[in-house]
Amino acid sequence: MTDVAVLAWRQYRLERKLFWRNPSAAFFNFLLPLLFLAFFGAILHGNQHDLNVIVPGIAGMSVMSTTFTALAFNMTFLREQGVLKRIRGTPMPSGSYLLGIAGNAVTNTALQIAIITVAGRVFFGTGWPRDWLELFVFVAAGVVCFASLGVAFSHAIPNFDSAPAYVNAVFLPVIFVSGVFYDAGRAPGFIKGIAQALPLKHLIDGLSGAMVHAHSGLGANVSALGVIAAWGVLGVALAIRGFSWEQRRA
Amino acid sequence: MSEPAIAVHDLRKSYDGFEAVRGIGFEVARGEVFGLLGPNGAGKTTTVEILEGYRQRSAGEVSVLGIDPGGRSRELRARVGIVLQSTGIYRHIKVREAVAHFAAMYPHPRDVEDVIALTGLEGKEEALARTLSGGQLRRLDLALALVGDPELIFLDEPTTGFDPAARRNAWQTIKALRELGKTVLLTTHYLDEAQALADRVAIIKDGRIVVEGAPRELGTDTRYRVAYRNGDGSVVEHETADPTTLLHELTAAALARGERLEGLTVTRPSLEDIYLELVDD
Repeated sequence: MTDVAVLAWRQYRLERKLFWRNPSAAFFNFLLPLLFLAFFGAILHGNQHDLNVIVPGIAGMSVMSTTFTALAFNMTFLREQGVLKRIRGTPMPSGSYLLGIAGNAVTNTALQIAIITVAGRVFFGTGWPRDWLELFVFVAAGVVCFASLGVAFSHAIPNFDSAPAYVNAVFLPVIFVSGVFYDAGRAPGFIKGIAQALPLKHLIDGLSGAMVHAHSGLGANVSALGVIAAWGVLGVALAIRGFSWEQRRA
Repeated sequence: MSEPAIAVHDLRKSYDGFEAVRGIGFEVARGEVFGLLGPNGAGKTTTVEILEGYRQRSAGEVSVLGIDPGGRSRELRARVGIVLQSTGIYRHIKVREAVAHFAAMYPHPRDVEDVIALTGLEGKEEALARTLSGGQLRRLDLALALVGDPELIFLDEPTTGFDPAARRNAWQTIKALRELGKTVLLTTHYLDEAQALADRVAIIKDGRIVVEGAPRELGTDTRYRVAYRNGDGSVVEHETADPTTLLHELTAAALARGERLEGLTVTRPSLEDIYLELVDD
């Protein structure tokens, strides 16, 4: 087992190195959410109610973009390019390899949440998170949920050229209906209904409770955690069920 | 070491009712270079991918280095090297980094610098994979397959898309593998490649082996072709299993008429002739 862990660690180290070597991936996975935060922060400057919405909203979007979006792209690329098939022909255990890739995505999530947390305190007047445990629990649940959904979604993407269209067709509507950029409570009823059924709104609710609202706490957001967990179970099942090590033949 | 490197017996594979492989059997001895030939869709890749452990067979027996590849054991994967037809690599990885990364996956890897030298990638150690030419990428494929110091190497169309000089270089590398005592299973479209490299070849058609043997022995039961130009310039061709007697008769008759047999040639059928004869309907 130590061997499995050592190989996973080596794969993780390589993924990190390559991540920073690829400027476009680093930009879209990393800087874009931070730029959004900077823009909205500047626009909403002085409006604390809206800043209290946007900071956890961007945090939730970051969880989704660093896991769901990044893994859907990555897995599609690795499958289409035959990297997965090549790895499958080596003695590297599959688990080590996938752990290395997932670890890379989770590191990006952690870095972004850390930056957003600090920015909230320093620039946007939201202060330090009220409940660190709740923040950790929701980020962890969000990571598992969106990472598995990203891998599962990559099974539906036919090739890498179409990956941006497929991913954005899901990512953009979800971030708009889920109240990343506005208070979801003010949205029309049917949008609220859609958002209620999806995991991102519940992640943002949980993050909002952890980061800005003093008296909500983990207990107040148990049902939100339940929805995220349900999507997570579905995501894991679909990710494993449809997993393919090679490009399907046309 | 009398046990063969690869033993295949009555191998069958069906996809959705279509039988792609219909009872293939062959053995590859240790240290042998074995060529698998055949047109597209003949069942070559399916056969090789079953041996590599990528696919499960429908029926038959398969043993690779004494192990059933269907079990996908790590031990077996540590002892074989695979060069697939088209496999990618991370675009932003450096050559040496890639070879070293793959070396760490194996229990007894070869020296990274040795492998880079063997595959002719010296001077490219710090180059990113995305900057390599097609031929260089193919050599990197080979380097990644060799770095685990495998006993058996699968080469699936290793020189497709190469220019003639690059092909000759690749052939030298494959010959070097034989000298290292490696067993090689080679699939190729190029008959000259099989003729130059393989100790034995098998030609697959419609999921079955139609002929098997050493390239130079194949077709010894086929006819030699004797050709010359007639007095009027037309080409006369004879086919015979016994060129000695035929030549004696032809030359004797020509001398008796006081003629010469212009442009006289005697040719053995090449692997290509045999292949085309077997594969064309």
